[in-house]
Amino acid sequence: MTNILIALVVILTIAALVQLVRVNELLSEITDKDTNAVTDDDNKKNGILFLLTIPLFMGFVVWQMVTWDHLLLPPASSIHGAEIDSLMKVSMTLILVVFFILTPMLFFFAYKYRGKKGNTAYFFSHNNKLEIIWTVVPTIILTVLIVYGLKTWDRAMNTNFSDATVIEIYSKQFDWTARYSGLDKVLGKSNYRLVKGKNVLGVDMLDKNSSDDMVVKEVHLPVNKPVLLMFRSRDVIHSAFLPHFRVQMNCVPGLSTQFAFTPTKTTAQMKESEGDDFEYVLLCNKICGSAHFNMQMKFIIESEEDYNKWISSQKTLQNTLTLK
Amino acid sequence: MSDHHHKETFITKYIFCTDHKMIAKQFLITGMFMAIVGMLMSAIFRVQLANPGEASVLYNLLPGGWLNEAGGLNPDKYLALVTMHGTILVFWVLTAGLSGTFANFLIPLQIGARDMASGFINMLSYWFFFIATVVLLSSLFVESGPAAGGWTIYPPLSALPQAIPGSGTGMTLWLLSITLFVVGSLLGGLNYIVTILNLRTKGMSMQRLPLTVWALLITAILGVLSFPVLLSCGLLLLFDRSFGTSFYLSDIIINGEALHHAGGSPILFEHLFWFLGHPEVYIILLPALGIVSEVIAVNSRKPIFGYKAMVGALLLIAFLSFIVWGHHMFMTGMNPFLGSVFTFTTLLIAIPSAVKVFNYLATLWRANIRFTPAMLFAIGTVSAFITGGLTGLILGDSALDINVHDTYFVVGHFHIVMGLSAIYGMFAGVYHWFPKMYGKMMNKNLGYLHFWGTFICAYGVFFPMHFLGLAGLPRRYYTNTNFPMFDGLSDINEIITFFALAGAIFQAVFIFNFVYSIFKGTKASKNPWKSNTLEWTTPIERIHGNWPGDLPVVKRWAYDYSKPGMEDDFVPQNVPLRDGEKEH
Repeated sequence: MTNILIALVVILTIAALVQLVRVNELLSEITDKDTNAVTDDDNKKNGILFLLTIPLFMGFVVWQMVTWDHLLLPPASSIHGAEIDSLMKVSMTLILVVFFILTPMLFFFAYKYRGKKGNTAYFFSHNNKLEIIWTVVPTIILTVLIVYGLKTWDRAMNTNFSDATVIEIYSKQFDWTARYSGLDKVLGKSNYRLVKGKNVLGVDMLDKNSSDDMVVKEVHLPVNKPVLLMFRSRDVIHSAFLPHFRVQMNCVPGLSTQFAFTPTKTTAQMKESEGDDFEYVLLCNKICGSAHFNMQMKFIIESEEDYNKWISSQKTLQNTLTLK
Repeated sequence: MSDHHHKETFITKYIFCTDHKMIAKQFLITGMFMAIVGMLMSAIFRVQLANPGEASVLYNLLPGGWLNEAGGLNPDKYLALVTMHGTILVFWVLTAGLSGTFANFLIPLQIGARDMASGFINMLSYWFFFIATVVLLSSLFVESGPAAGGWTIYPPLSALPQAIPGSGTGMTLWLLSITLFVVGSLLGGLNYIVTILNLRTKGMSMQRLPLTVWALLITAILGVLSFPVLLSCGLLLLFDRSFGTSFYLSDIIINGEALHHAGGSPILFEHLFWFLGHPEVYIILLPALGIVSEVIAVNSRKPIFGYKAMVGALLLIAFLSFIVWGHHMFMTGMNPFLGSVFTFTTLLIAIPSAVKVFNYLATLWRANIRFTPAMLFAIGTVSAFITGGLTGLILGDSALDINVHDTYFVVGHFHIVMGLSAIYGMFAGVYHWFPKMYGKMMNKNLGYLHFWGTFICAYGVFFPMHFLGLAGLPRRYYTNTNFPMFDGLSDINEIITFFALAGAIFQAVFIFNFVYSIFKGTKASKNPWKSNTLEWTTPIERIHGNWPGDLPVVKRWAYDYSKPGMEDDFVPQNVPLRDGEKEH
């Protein structure tokens, strides 16, 4: 029934359009004018519409910025993240300024120079001086932006922390598992062919570094201490995305990747500013299959004492895998 | 050129036709058909994003077995729709539909040639494209569904049928279809290059080429250099899928089974894919910018400002597009130093892009603008190019990319800068050259309605996506309801879906106008836009060989609009220079 109704509406709309166009054309035949020639009146109408577009479009952009501001991610909860945020602020300000100048200019020109019979355009085919100016100015601005960006990138990519907690993040369709390196701060070797039964990560238990490793489904981290995440994937490419820390890295089968960062705000602090249901969460950010949209793991940032308490309550692999 | 005309049958005129003008129309109609299919797909998944998991009348369009018990869309079919939407829009509509149409139509007409260098190869190029279309569409009806690993088909997801149903037969058909597509576009591309370089009429020096032809030439060169890489990339994937090789696969357990593949790297695939993938962005964009340059100049009644700088900018953008592909891969774990290099080269593209924008603005300055529907869309292109280009400064910066990579910020960015710019350029081209293609005029008022409706809805769809991205929402999520942190975003999704559906209705106005005007449109005059380029010196009726007598001889560049001392505000390219008149 619905289908028939929809079809009916479509057919009627088309019929109405045909009639409208016909009327238009018949009128023009009577008055002996080409209906599709652009008149001064058309130029005026469209010019005014472009003029109106300026406040409407700019207003729409500002409205979004104001209304949806609270939905955006809170300031970064990591050291390198704060630097990324500053760079973001600078870049965002720059592009918004350029946007708010060029877009109104384009639409204003469209309005201002709308055609009229009898007007003649100004023959202006090139001007070397102008062209040099608008090549050189963007070049200078971009040089600054590139240098600033690369410095921030260098620091964000730094994985060289001697005292970092080392954690492996292991991805598969469609969940995450984490492995702490334990007291020795070295992860035991692993091989995908060793994945069997309880040994979900394929850890090589003959490696002496493996015995104190701990496998968990929720990551706890001490605040203000660097952490090095090592990523591994079992099946397809996933991407580990921790938006609140400005951390993202792909997890690629057959390739080891890493990202180091220092969290600066505890979950409790964030709950105070962002609301009680706030949690740090790890999401998958690379299409990985049908449940891609629901691949998550909780991250909890806490004081060092709380962290120590938690980590000492976790069972090592020696306990869970080798001792029966 | 001999005057004898061999008799045209229905088949040689409309089907196996070697006339470039007919082939252009074949590309256009096929491209428009695919655009409708691709747009309907986006309407369907937009409805899902606004009402996750719920039933909708739109789903009646889908093959059976795509829905859950509640009548809502299945998650893996959501991904299939996203994948096919991307594939169709990127390759079928904005590559073949845009370049295929306008390169075929405009190159011989604007350079003063009777036809393409090889009409037969040209015909072959369309028919490869046509078969590719049939194969791609047939994949919608296989039992396990079409390819669903994203249009970028990253392995291992695309290599393993166990990972997602779409990676079964659907993926094989996708690869077969793309292979045929690449063959078709290479045949076309070579033909375009050879034609432009060899068949220009007397006096048509490279410095006098209209900017459309320059853009189409550079596009064809990009395509010929980059599409073979996609071909080899796809073939290696085919080997991995079917013959047990390990180019891209290593250390994989799926469904509890350890696979034998060892030593391959999915990152190798990404490098090969994006070596095409980034130039592809400009294969899409440059023809649109070429069309827009022409349409803006004609309707501003002014020469395009800085012709040489425009050509230079095109060349520079094309060159840079080959050394920036890594910015799609900042998060793959590649060496951070390599990331730095790609950031540097990527941000450099902003310079020629800025020059182009400023030159368009300078062209509009003190113009005498005639708002044809084509002109409206040309201004729309410049607006989209500004809006979308600017966010590229965020995404191209590796440090900032960390947090917006693969989020809706990217979706918003590329839909505006590549999608909207190019599709507006395509609309501009259709409205502008419709009189030449069909000898009829498109209805002006419906054109205005189409532009303003599209313009408003498109920004309503894509601008809010930046905010979704800045809120951290990843793309290709079936729904955002599984994360409390995204709860507030549902309103934005509903707004986007509203504008998407409204925008689709305005496209129906265009389709109606197009079809109606072919049959019932008012007759076009020979040069309705008072344009300088050579295509408007041909007769209104379509003939083989384009010009009935001798080929026109070019005496000046294409942009003598409102030149002081002339009677008219346009001087066609074949009008000789007057005594003492300087060439621009």
